Amino acid sequence: MARITFIQAIFEGLIEEMERDPSTFVLGLDVTRGTFGRAAGFFERFGPERILDMPLSEAGFVGAAVGAAMAGTRPICEVQFASFFYCAFDQLCNQAAKLRYMSGGQARLPITFRTRCGAVGGAAAQHSETVYPQLLSVPGLKLAVPSGPADAKGLLKSAIRDDNPVVVFEHLALGGSREEVPEGEHLVALGKAAVKREGRDVTVIAIGAMVPKALAMAQRLASDGISVEVIDPRTLIPLDEQAILASVSKTNRVVIADEAHLHGSAASEIGCMIAEKGFDYLDAPIKRVAAMDAPVPFSPPLEKAVIPGEQAIERAVREVLG
Amino acid sequence: MDIGKELLLEMYRRMQRIRQFETRLKDLTIRSEIPGFIHLSIGEEASAVGVCAALRPTDRITSTHRGHGHPIAKGGELKRMLAEIYGRRTGYCKGKGGSMHIVDYSLGILGANGIVGGGIPIATGSALAARVMKRDDVTACFFGDGAANEGTFHESLNLAGVLKLPVIYVCENNGYQVFTSAASVTAGGSIAARAQAYGMPGFALDGNDVLEVYRYASNAVARARAGEGPTLLECRTYRWEGHVVGENAFGGRPYRSEEEVAAWKARCPIVQFEKRMLESGRVSREELDQLIAQTQAELDAAVEFARSSPLPDPSEAAADIYG
Repeated sequence: MARITFIQAIFEGLIEEMERDPSTFVLGLDVTRGTFGRAAGFFERFGPERILDMPLSEAGFVGAAVGAAMAGTRPICEVQFASFFYCAFDQLCNQAAKLRYMSGGQARLPITFRTRCGAVGGAAAQHSETVYPQLLSVPGLKLAVPSGPADAKGLLKSAIRDDNPVVVFEHLALGGSREEVPEGEHLVALGKAAVKREGRDVTVIAIGAMVPKALAMAQRLASDGISVEVIDPRTLIPLDEQAILASVSKTNRVVIADEAHLHGSAASEIGCMIAEKGFDYLDAPIKRVAAMDAPVPFSPPLEKAVIPGEQAIERAVREVLG
Repeated sequence: MDIGKELLLEMYRRMQRIRQFETRLKDLTIRSEIPGFIHLSIGEEASAVGVCAALRPTDRITSTHRGHGHPIAKGGELKRMLAEIYGRRTGYCKGKGGSMHIVDYSLGILGANGIVGGGIPIATGSALAARVMKRDDVTACFFGDGAANEGTFHESLNLAGVLKLPVIYVCENNGYQVFTSAASVTAGGSIAARAQAYGMPGFALDGNDVLEVYRYASNAVARARAGEGPTLLECRTYRWEGHVVGENAFGGRPYRSEEEVAAWKARCPIVQFEKRMLESGRVSREELDQLIAQTQAELDAAVEFARSSPLPDPSEAAADIYG
């Protein structure tokens, strides 16, 4: 196993899948050059027939991915920033998500959307959002939010093989993170959560870039004798309810950490699910840690005030422990 | 272009199927047998049939919310269409699509679409798939004058122009975007002329002349198949019926004159086509009447099929969300 970065892991998965299936191809902005990192020889390996730079037309090329999938290919469509999906909402939500259903199962829509999300300092509100809550109530989509390199590779590979539209949210802050990533066939099933750290006293369900923050906090709290279990759902649709409930039934306390805006966040949805299905396990109220309901501001101290950090998770953990 | 008698009769048959299907549908809708919104394309049959007659069975089309004519022109089954519009389990989409969403993958009908302009990027992507998979099939993309003012029109034609994709953009300019005249909201006056900006040929056609549409479509298809890129055809035609069946119940002021409607009805695409065929002496009145009677019988059977088909079980609402 090699110790590689998140971006290297993504490209490793991408190259393996493109070699495996000749009906896959990449379309998006600047994909021949690579916007946020690249793999040496990626373009040379597959050429302009399978790596296609698109005009700056999100609705146009997201829709083209839909049509290309319906006509028998397996497109991998890159949308530079998740907020740019707003320009293509019809094609993502009305077309990609619904056409299989609306055609009575005739349409097959094996599309992988790769996109970047998250606040990384000074990108302001139109380049810093985690758009997945807006997609949580769009049946027909699957949503993956990897928190590290190995999951990034495994989830991307599963997304490409899946016959449904899957949006993979790559948090910009994770791009340079490193860990050991299995070479070759490494698949992470969509809908399977991971226990990132075992613990007894409280469950922290963390999403995407909140996972490393939760793990760092759990490490610190261990020296205070607090044992934190960290669960990473890895995909929000489908959601591994069983793994979440199993952990809550063990710790009886839960904090959900999500970088999305609090209102309508994935944390809200997961919290509601626990309240409905795991109420009897709980010894304390569910606590959500999420971004303030403000557009992500530009100036770094303001951004820090809006986006929850390690301290915010720690405060919530101490609160539910009473 | 010499068009054989068999093809002439087939085009006529398809136009009749569309006209009769929609005329019956209007009646059934008024009698409240059918749920939802019904948009009719009566008077616009020539563009659907002229274009689809130029396609192979393996070629693909995308359609619009006014989407009964295109699937019928591509060979769709009346009974499965009608069953879908009745919301029955035996319909094309098992009752999940309805009037605006007829799909038949086996015939290359990727689907009608409830979003104006929604099908344009999809057709473009379908053409892109042919390129990626190195196949020589083409895609015909039907849309209206309203969609020509959607952003997806610009984004898609630019993309297809750059990549020289095998797609034929067929704008059916029927004069009205919902209740507003197309002329009053379309800058430049000509949708066909916009093709120039995307580096593709664009032609404004008599959309009520099925043979003219067929000729232009055949050239565009040949061009696309040869890898020479897309074409934009603006078929100028007219929507005899309102935007939606029953629109008068919503009130509102009249948006077009009776004289205007009458003038276009006098240019009926089916009557004109009949006249030309009969005058040429290649086709007899009896042959045409026989096709009309056959269509009528088929339609009667389709209505019976739809009415007697089972409704979906409520448990089926959860099926086919994911594959």
